[in-house]
Amino acid sequence: MRGMADIYAQQFKTTLASFLQYRAAISIWMIAHVLEPLIFLVVWSAVALARGTAVGGFGARDFAAYFIVMMLVNHATYTWIMYEFEYRVRHGSLSFALLRPLHPIHTDIVDNMSSKLITLPLMLVAAAVLAVVFKPAFHLVPWAVAAFVPALFLAFLLRFLIEWTLALSAFWTTRVSAVNQGYYVAALFLAGQVAPLVLLPAPVRVVATILPFRWMISFPVELLMGRLTPAAAFMGLAAQAVWIGLALALLKIVWRAGVKIYSAVGG
Amino acid sequence: MRSLRLLWLFFRVSALSELAYRANFFLQLFESILDIGTALAGLAVIFSYTKSLGGWRPDEVVALVGVFFLVGGGIRLVIQPSMERLIEAVHEGTLDFTLVKPADAQFLVSIQRVEIWKLTDMVLGAGVLALALVRMGTRVGAEQAAAFAAALAVGGIIVYSFWLILATFSFWFVRVENILMIFQSMYEAGRWPVSVYPRWLRFSLTFLVPVAFATTVPAQGLSGRLTWQTLLGTAALAALFFAASRLFWRAGLRRYSGASS
Repeated sequence: MRGMADIYAQQFKTTLASFLQYRAAISIWMIAHVLEPLIFLVVWSAVALARGTAVGGFGARDFAAYFIVMMLVNHATYTWIMYEFEYRVRHGSLSFALLRPLHPIHTDIVDNMSSKLITLPLMLVAAAVLAVVFKPAFHLVPWAVAAFVPALFLAFLLRFLIEWTLALSAFWTTRVSAVNQGYYVAALFLAGQVAPLVLLPAPVRVVATILPFRWMISFPVELLMGRLTPAAAFMGLAAQAVWIGLALALLKIVWRAGVKIYSAVGG
Repeated sequence: MRSLRLLWLFFRVSALSELAYRANFFLQLFESILDIGTALAGLAVIFSYTKSLGGWRPDEVVALVGVFFLVGGGIRLVIQPSMERLIEAVHEGTLDFTLVKPADAQFLVSIQRVEIWKLTDMVLGAGVLALALVRMGTRVGAEQAAAFAAALAVGGIIVYSFWLILATFSFWFVRVENILMIFQSMYEAGRWPVSVYPRWLRFSLTFLVPVAFATTVPAQGLSGRLTWQTLLGTAALAALFFAASRLFWRAGLRRYSGASS
């Protein structure tokens, strides 16, 4: 365990230094992360204002709160591994990672976290600006805020494992962009990025709850918004834990099968 | 006339080379359908709670989505790939080969690469637009169609000039492809009527990054909300943008010294 912590610390220092060189580029990529929830915030607020009444329990300022938190949670949990893994397989750079006595997922986790460390101040500034402009209404419940922390961590872990496993599809096909886009669209609706899940038709809500999508992004947001009962929050954390277990098992199986057929194209 | 022939030639060459990879067509078709399906499903959710958005009725917003994909497909078909190639060429010094050709260099770099399968976005976008028009019924007459076509052309010129200005920065700076990302991200905002956005954002989407002229204004033309004053103003702005991009391109070229070893 001690050895692992050292490896993580060292890897963290290295990647942070290299990412700091690209801070301008990384910041520009953030625009999309701010703009997408901002657009839905504006659109849904307009809907609420036009109706003059709340939409499914959301007034204009509730939508503001929802999408600002959604922006932060989505940013905290997002990964770009599905776009990168294909490159590694196609150019053979995965071969080097395979030679190291450490599962490559660890370096990816550290990469992800150090990049977030650079962008976090920017996202907080963006959230603060949006909060000033749109005056979000927060109904914070102390126990829910406390539960938000583990929920966010589990959401990050779950999303990371799922997307890392999906990225492995690059072992079998070079056309991962179709896979990526299918997944991205599903996440858009089923993880509450287009609209709070309660506003979606009931069948969609059921699918979102059965599949891991709600637990990857939407659940921490719902929790912080104070919209869940303690029982629902507990069930949510349990669902996250179960899905993490399943994702981990799946990852192991797919990774083993994938490495077996990996032939280091290019190299 | 010669320009049109050149354009056709570039188009044909890239079509011929892409036809060897026919699976890409189905892949692109799948992605385009998914993309448009997502947009329409999002609209369905929103319009299940309201009858109008920013003063636009559902059919009009669907038409706007059609325009959004039509224009976006056009950008991804030729403008974006060509400008990305231009940035590469400036870095690597291969722009030399373009400069020695006996045709206007700006024109050549602007059409040098065509991603033929992005036509699926344009075709599907046009389909969505047509569907919306049928549902809007008789309200679209010849006058609106003309206003739409004019606004679309003028908007296209503005977007093209804007891309050229961004890409021309590569004569001075190294990492310009990241600046291009800004436009691509901001363009996403164009699928909603700009009247929905708060004033500061509307201003940015109109004048800082001219997304509104590419989507909202042409769609306004269809629903008969486009005044002659707006159209003329947009045309004047397009002329200004085009002239500015041309001057900036010339200034960039003067700085270009070739980087080939």
